[in-house]
This record gives sequence, C-alpha cells and structure tokens, in this order.
Amino acid sequence: MLLIIEQCLNGLQFGLLLFLLAAGLTLVFGIMDLVNLAHGSLYMLGAYFAATFAAFTGSFVLGALLALAATLVVGMVLEVIAMRRLYGRDHLDHVLATFGLILFFNELVRLVWGPEGLSLPLPPWLLTSVPILPGISYSAYRLSMILVTLAVAGFLYYLVMRTRIGMLIRAGASNREMVGALGVNIKLLYTLVFGIGAALAGLAGLMQAPILTVQIGMGENILILAFVVTVIGGIGSIRGALVAALMVGFIDTLGRAYFPDLLRMVLSGAAAATAGPALSSMLIYLLMAVVLVVKPAGLFPASGK
Amino acid sequence: MSRSLTPRTVAIVLMVAALALLPLYAKLSGNIFLLTLFTRILILALAAVSLNLILGYGGMMSFGHAVYLGIGGYAVGMLAHEGIYSGFAQWPVALAASALFALVIGALSLRTRGVYFIMITLAFAQMAYYVLSGIARYGGDDGLTIYKRSQFFPPLNLSDKMQFYYVCLALLYAAIYLVWRIVNSRFGMVVQGVRSNELRMRAIGIPTYRYKLVCFVIAGTLCGLSGALLANHTDFISPATMYWTRSGDLIVMVVLGGMASSFGPLFGAVALLVLEEVLSGITEYWQIILGPLLLLVVLFARGGIDGLLGSLSRGKEAGHG
Repeated sequence: MLLIIEQCLNGLQFGLLLFLLAAGLTLVFGIMDLVNLAHGSLYMLGAYFAATFAAFTGSFVLGALLALAATLVVGMVLEVIAMRRLYGRDHLDHVLATFGLILFFNELVRLVWGPEGLSLPLPPWLLTSVPILPGISYSAYRLSMILVTLAVAGFLYYLVMRTRIGMLIRAGASNREMVGALGVNIKLLYTLVFGIGAALAGLAGLMQAPILTVQIGMGENILILAFVVTVIGGIGSIRGALVAALMVGFIDTLGRAYFPDLLRMVLSGAAAATAGPALSSMLIYLLMAVVLVVKPAGLFPASGK
Repeated sequence: MSRSLTPRTVAIVLMVAALALLPLYAKLSGNIFLLTLFTRILILALAAVSLNLILGYGGMMSFGHAVYLGIGGYAVGMLAHEGIYSGFAQWPVALAASALFALVIGALSLRTRGVYFIMITLAFAQMAYYVLSGIARYGGDDGLTIYKRSQFFPPLNLSDKMQFYYVCLALLYAAIYLVWRIVNSRFGMVVQGVRSNELRMRAIGIPTYRYKLVCFVIAGTLCGLSGALLANHTDFISPATMYWTRSGDLIVMVVLGGMASSFGPLFGAVALLVLEEVLSGITEYWQIILGPLLLLVVLFARGGIDGLLGSLSRGKEAGHG
C-alpha cells in the first residue's frame, strides 16, 4: 500500500515533468506551426546551466533561477538567429534544421563541459523526506518538484488565458497578419513565446538534474516521450498536453513498477523476467496506438488545425 | 528537354564509373579503408533510396526509417546466433520481418498526417529500439556479434571485401531501378498524386490509404535488405543501429541529394558520409560544423545536389536558346 502511494506520486511527478516539456513543444507548434526537435537540447542546457551555476554560486535555488533565465535567453537568441527563418516553411525543413541544431548543441556541450556528465547535489533541506499522510513520508525534493510544476502550469494558464500578452499570443495563433496589422510587434511576440517554451524545457531539465546524471543526449530520450504526450493530447492543445502527460507519467511509472509482477502471474518466471522490461517499456506506445485508432488527431484536437 | 549531355547525366555517369572502379583503386593503392567506407556508403545509400520512395515521391515524412535497418540486421544476427547461417534463410526473414513491421506501423501511422506522422513514426521506431535493448538473450544494449557472414552458394563469399562491395553495389542499382520502375508505373503516379493533393485523389475515387500503405511497406522491406547488408558489413548488430539519429541521417541524405530523384539518395549518402569523414579528420568536434551546415542547406539549398545539377542544366539550355 505504502509503495503504491509512493509510485503514484512518482507517476504524478514524472507526468508533470513531461507536461513542462510537452507544453513548450505544443505551444511553439500551436502558435508558430514549428516542429522543434531541438527542444530536448534546451532541456539538456537547462540541466547543464543549473549544475554550473549552482556550483559557482554555491546555492541550489540561485543556480536554478540563473539557469532558468539563461535558457530563456538562449531560446530567444536561437529564435532570432535560426527559428524565425523557418516559420511558414515545410515541416520537413523544420525537422532537418532542428536536427542540425541537436548535433550542434550536443557537440557544443561536449566542447564546453567535456564528455563526462556533471552532477547537481541537492541542498540538505531538500534531501529529507516529509510526512504526507499519517505513517507515509515522501521525498521532499520530489514533492517540491510536484508543487513547482503545478504552480508553473497554473501560471501558464493564467498567462495565456487571462493576460493581455496571452490574448495577443492566442490572437497571433489564429491570424498572424491581422494581429500584425493591428500594430502588434508579432516578431517580438513570437520570440517571447519561443523563449517561454525554452524556459519550460530548461526548468524540466534543471529539476531532473539532481535525480539523473547531467549528460549529453539526456534530452533526446525524454523528447520522444514528450512527442508521445503531444500526439496523445492533440498537438497545439495545452489542456491535452496536461491530460496526456499525466496518463503517460502514471502508466510508465506504474507499468515499470508492477507490470513485470503481473506478467509473472501469467507466464513462467524466466519468460516473465525476459519479457517484462521489454514489454513495460512498450506500454505507453501501445497507449498511443490505441488513442490513434480511436482519435487520430489526439484526445483534444486543437480547433482549426 | 534535350537528351544531350546535361550536367546531371555527366554527374551520374561519373559517379557510376567511379563506384565501379573504386575497388580496383583500393586494391592497387592498398587503401582498404576506402573500400570499407564506400561499402558502408552503398549500404546506407540503399536505405536512403528506400526512404526516398516514401519521403520524396510519396510525401510521407517518416522519421523512423532506421528501424528497418535494425530489424533487418537483427534478423541476420539472431538467426546467426541460433546457428542458422544460410543467407537463403536469413535474408528472406529480414525482408519479411521488415515488411510485417512496416505493415503494422504504417497501418496505424498513416491514419494521421503531417507532423503527427513524423512524431508517430519516430515514437514507434524508438519503441522497437527499447524492446530490442531489453532482450537480454540477444545482447540487449550491448548488441550481438555476428561471427559468420550470411552463407550463399560458392563461389559467392560475402567475407571477401571486394565481392561484398560488388554485391552491395548491384543491390543498390537494382533498388534504384526498382524505385524508378515503381514511380513511373500507374501505382507510382497515384502515390505522387497523393503527395500533391490527397483530397483530390480521393475525390476521383482512389483509396489513397491503401496506396500509401503499400508504398510504405515496399520502402520498409527495401530498407530491411539494407539492414541485412549492414549487419554483414559490421559483423555486429546493436540497438544503436536503429537509434533515431540514424533515421535523421537518412532524411539528411535524401534531402541533401535531392528529393524525388532517382540517383539523389546516392549522391546524398556519398556527400554526407564523405563530409563526415573529412570533418572528423579536421576536428574531434566535427558535428559542431555539420549541424549548422544542415541548417544552411535547409535555408538556402533546398533542392539538394540534384536540384543544383538540374539548375545547371537549365542554365546551359537557357544559354543555348
């Protein structure tokens, strides 16, 4: 029972983390119609920045904040230099160009930080576990990750739905020329949106940094999960991204934890031990296949796309 | 268009001649590395030719094409691991397994289009990658060493570098011819029609989904052959063969060479892999040059090498006329 609750919380935490990545992807796609494979590189940069700044300043929180600002800036610079020229082009162009950027960023990181991974140690106050229910305690760091992500999701909703900038962003998504004609600096707006997407990816990366090793290519595997999330949720829909991210987070975490045991009830021990890890990593892709058969445009298809 | 010597024809003839003579040069100069490199280039060119069929002619942006390299390779590797070395068993299994995988993945993925299709093919390819990484019997993450290459009737011996090179070359030309025949058939015309305007093709009564699926399966099967060759070439197969960056490489080859052109993928494969070789000779951090280079190709040279040769031809004709 204890373990199940802990695994559920882990699933929630992983799902929310995926949401941060998928939200950035889907925001950039929904508004600029841009497929950004290099999103995972920004995740990686967030982690590297955090490890570096935390070591430099000696403070985890300060390092994280600086890393967040740095990925925002990198994202905006990237938009001005490269991404801006890709709007309105074929999706294949986006795939190729951002694939080139992945190679570039991976090599750049290897050049600057070296081929060995970094680690980001947690401060003592986050290393403890806190009681969440009578008799059940949970890692303080993972709990704070859940809270931070929820706060960010709320902020994102407020920003897009309740502020003037959000209104302009939504207007720009439906008709770029019209918003431009009304005197809005649409270029700057797009730069900002891309920067926000980059910062979300950076935040996901820097929060994962203490749990995993900070290493080259860390963004690529999780990027594919983020793709699965956006496909399930419906590309361009932030609400869909949230729902799908939670589904994928729970199924992946609980599947890895319990699926091999379930399999053992059906198959013999040896066969289950062989097939278990392979099959449990397939679960989310099966979920995606099922969703596609039922709803080819995802659970929450963005209107007008 | 006149059938005279256009720059494109000249380039193709030069390439064919160079590839035919390369083993002789390698043997005379003792540069065996060159032969190994170009065998690899031919094999990946074959994969790019198959991708060009769906990407260039069919407009299906598959980002998981390298998965068939892995499936074809694992068919050879797994059978060899179980003691079956006959190529007459290994290669048909490689082709059939690739076709089957393409059928299942295609049937699901082709329900969607555009950016969904890109992401889904990518995700399914990664699924296969993780599944094969998890199978401990066949080496898991570490991969599988293949101790004996596929056995055919004597005197054909794939362990002979020169013979293997020519086998790859012959299969590559056969694939280029096959794709050329396909795209010029009624079937190919329909597939290209779907690329331009699927709605219109459906309106005139063509079941576009089936056409696309068949095309997808042909491309997957052809790439499975490339996988079987690649496993024989490296005497090794691991999940890394089908990692998604390899799928990206194949797309780069097709676009760099020029989409929807018969010899484009071959030019693209030669250009990319030779460039990699040259750049990695200059600096250890060669991808820092290659990455932005790709960006520049996308921004400024969209037609690829074939487009470049084509525009040279048109320039020449304009000069004459």
